[in-house]
Amino acid sequence: MNFDLSDEQKMLGEQARALLADMTAFDRLRTLIDSGAEWDEPLWRALAGMGFLGAAIPEEYGGLGLGALDLGVIMEALGAANAAVPFMSSIILGAEAIRLAGSDAQKAAWLPKLASGEAIATFAYAEGPGPVFSGGVSLEGGKLGGSKTPVADAGIADIAVVLVAGGGFALVELDQPGVMRTKLDSFDQLRPHYRLDFAGAVAESMPGNGKLDRLIDQAAVQAAFEAVGASEACLHMARDYAMERQIFGRPLGGFQAIKHKLADVAVATELARSNAYYGGWAAESSPDDLPAAAAAARLSGIKCFELAARENLQVHGGIGYTFEANCHFYYRRERMLAVHLGNRGFWADRLLGARPGSQVRAA
Amino acid sequence: MDFNDNAEEAAFRAEARAWLAAHAPAHELPAGAKMPDTEEADRGRAWMRALYTGGWSGLTFPKELGGRGASGIEAVIFAEEEGKYHLPKGPFTSIGTGMALPVIAKHGNDAQKARFIEATLKGDITWCQLFSEPAAGSDLAGLRTKAVRADDGSGDWIVNGQKVWSSWAHLTDWGILVVRTDPAVPKHKGLTFFVVDMKTPGIETRPIRQISGASEFNETFLTDVRIPDANRLGAEGDGWACCMTVLMGERLGSGAHRSGIEPLLDFAAATPDSHGGTMLDDRAVRQQLAEALAEEQGERFFQARLRTMVSKGENPGALAGMVKLAYAGRYQKTNGLALELRGLAGIAPDAGDTATGDVQYDYIYSTVMRIAGGADEVLRNQIAERVLGMPGEVRMDKDVPFEKLKG
Repeated sequence: MNFDLSDEQKMLGEQARALLADMTAFDRLRTLIDSGAEWDEPLWRALAGMGFLGAAIPEEYGGLGLGALDLGVIMEALGAANAAVPFMSSIILGAEAIRLAGSDAQKAAWLPKLASGEAIATFAYAEGPGPVFSGGVSLEGGKLGGSKTPVADAGIADIAVVLVAGGGFALVELDQPGVMRTKLDSFDQLRPHYRLDFAGAVAESMPGNGKLDRLIDQAAVQAAFEAVGASEACLHMARDYAMERQIFGRPLGGFQAIKHKLADVAVATELARSNAYYGGWAAESSPDDLPAAAAAARLSGIKCFELAARENLQVHGGIGYTFEANCHFYYRRERMLAVHLGNRGFWADRLLGARPGSQVRAA
Repeated sequence: MDFNDNAEEAAFRAEARAWLAAHAPAHELPAGAKMPDTEEADRGRAWMRALYTGGWSGLTFPKELGGRGASGIEAVIFAEEEGKYHLPKGPFTSIGTGMALPVIAKHGNDAQKARFIEATLKGDITWCQLFSEPAAGSDLAGLRTKAVRADDGSGDWIVNGQKVWSSWAHLTDWGILVVRTDPAVPKHKGLTFFVVDMKTPGIETRPIRQISGASEFNETFLTDVRIPDANRLGAEGDGWACCMTVLMGERLGSGAHRSGIEPLLDFAAATPDSHGGTMLDDRAVRQQLAEALAEEQGERFFQARLRTMVSKGENPGALAGMVKLAYAGRYQKTNGLALELRGLAGIAPDAGDTATGDVQYDYIYSTVMRIAGGADEVLRNQIAERVLGMPGEVRMDKDVPFEKLKG
């Protein structure tokens, strides 16, 4: 048994962390928020320069053709840095949807540009409150009608893959008269969300059918890596603060109330990491195991980051409530990550449904 | 990343599997049969003898001392293969191999090694552990059982006190025993370690009536028990170091009891709800059991990561405690949930409803899992201190002579 990342994967993770450490000081995040920026464009260019954007895009389309675990170590680093880039939207969801369901022409037109960062994609699936994967948007005669909301990163995206009636995907360029983009107030200030109204927008159908499950299972694994990275960042932030902060004549971190809390965060994080590894392994090597592996990774990722983001702020005490401290970035992002791609209830049903022999009623 | 054995591991597994296929079936316990303790212990000795004869006893124990000298990962592989058979293994053999042997090998003199090691590996001598006391559990070094030199010049020790939670003490041959020999020094420094023949006059073992109704554990009273100095392990005052050797073994060995989430999903699916469906349709039940299932799966793959570390010759250290900490809490929570979703029938099931009986037992037994082999709180301290590098506990008793401590 060798249930560990390869040396190459560990090195890839190191490179990603080193790049992000150079470029993602928390003050930069504050500046982005204050300036109302849509994203951290220089960071995106740097990630492109390192080849990270095309890591899992096939070589024939300008990528590196690596696998889910390679992508996972990059996602983990992005999660740890709370990076303000559309990696989930453009790479994990957009590019992968095109790879899974697009025509050869669509792949040739977009994957190289997504790999290089020249173009940005997003995946439009929700339609307001209610079921997260909704098919109320119609594609008829090459025209889209209806609305998707909220859609992450739609302000900077060139194209969207749209989940349409019948469960298929449509590919639409967003810079056209039939598409209206309305910026929403996003709870995660570093991940903008938009409402997209389609009124006769020109769009192409994507030929691959029935790819939604595979797409979101893979994305769930990547979301788990992101959550694990973010959790660990919160854990270390809380630990470091507790070691430095003196209270009642000794370090705050010497009190069991703090030690035990952080031990629980550490356990939840390691269990989620283990599930993320298994999900990455299943995505690469054992597709039949992917549905259950993805659901477990997703659930434990949500759980550990929820605990870590809350307890990190709590350990900081009053200072944690200030904009100057750094807990709030994670505290906000955690809620966004907890509900994007379907919430806990959605993935609980998928996990129980993926269990062999179980009788699950319609979710 | 893969789940496959490497070449050496595969060869070892094949060898172990072949040997077990030839020898284990004859030693298997009949399924579901209850047998007297004495018979179970005798069968355990017989299996130990078979292992010894086949060269599989004391797997990781050095060859020159009669063990196999196998690696940590080989021990894991053997346990996986051995676990496929329902064999008479229990504290009556594992305390000997997992605790007594390591401490004798590390701290014993040549005569003690010659006398105990081979006999233990063969199953001729079985062991119990006489450590915990009514007032010394997680804080083991606070123990009060005392030994003083006999005043007859023999050099023997006279021991008085009470030990508790000593599994199988009534049926084992020898005990590993830690006592206080010097109350005038701080508590960790005044302890001395012995091996004691359980037939020595003055040892009285009484079964403890447990909340489960069973009596696996004993309390052991020691009244003027005379132990020859030849049975002292290590120097006077070295008892704590000996205990550490033993407890390292306990940490790596605990958490064997496994009860999964799958049966609870079936249990929920077999319990009607008030809308014509089953309790597995209930949103709250689904949510909690799915999260527990995800956690259980995470634990399985976390163990795979630890196993990979062992395979590479690394020591997982305090990381190993995470497994038991996560498991024990989940075990209690999910069985509590299962009793609740069953409604009042969970409390008083119809005769023959063995599924509910199992849930009830697990809910009771989960309390042991949260305490034994490192209580939840002890494990959280260890994780915080050794994994996260946080400060150790404030100790009020560290430099105070034991006899001056309160309590």
